[in-house]
Amino acid sequence: MNPRSCVNIHKEWDIVGARQLGREMAKEIGFGTVDQARIATAVSELARNIYLYAENGQICFEYIYTNSQKGILMTAVDTGPGIKDISSVMQDGYTTSGGLGAGLPGVKRLMDDFDIESTVGEGTKIKAIKWIR
Amino acid sequence: MRIPILKLHNYLLISIQTEIDDQTAIKFQEDLLAKIHKTGATGVVIDLTSVDIIDSFIAKVLGDVVSMSDLMGARVVLTGIQPAVAMTLIDLGIHLQNVPTALDLEQGLVKLHQELGG
Repeated sequence: MNPRSCVNIHKEWDIVGARQLGREMAKEIGFGTVDQARIATAVSELARNIYLYAENGQICFEYIYTNSQKGILMTAVDTGPGIKDISSVMQDGYTTSGGLGAGLPGVKRLMDDFDIESTVGEGTKIKAIKWIR
Repeated sequence: MRIPILKLHNYLLISIQTEIDDQTAIKFQEDLLAKIHKTGATGVVIDLTSVDIIDSFIAKVLGDVVSMSDLMGARVVLTGIQPAVAMTLIDLGIHLQNVPTALDLEQGLVKLHQELGG
């Protein structure tokens, strides 16, 4: 059985709700405190991006298993404006919101696998996986 | 939600005990600057022992409040950053290089005392 849990993001407090759920699920499957913090922080960055740029979206978590590994997969989906130039948003320090520009490149470093797809006018989908070491 | 700010002689002490959302962080920034202005405090310790996540937004707010307080003439020390939080911040690429820090509240007060000459 592989339950999938989701949080809708449309108000600021949902950012907190999403990272709490991410942390709980990470703890439950056996991540240590440092990886729990990494996962919760990555969730926070993705949720804030949805809140700031897309206004509406969803973050879902599910456990994934291979023969030798287990981990957590988070999927952040929104129907916002999309990202025109993905390579620029993946650069450290790039920001259009006056933030630190640490968001997406930071998430990529915090997680083990990272994948982004975006279509202008349709939205953005980000998948990120953390494996238990 | 509001983060309480305690006054102790010339210092202000803050222990952040709750999960910080963006609004709470912004409100705290305003409250702290107002309190520095009102009390004439010369030193501030913000203890983060109970904080188990600092993302890029919260880090920016904390870094900014240190610079803002500095402009007003009050020295801020951040204390008690957890190992997991420190590792996560570096992964995010956030170094908070010009921010004074100390291991715990006690060391933070010692640091202020040294820098401000009592």
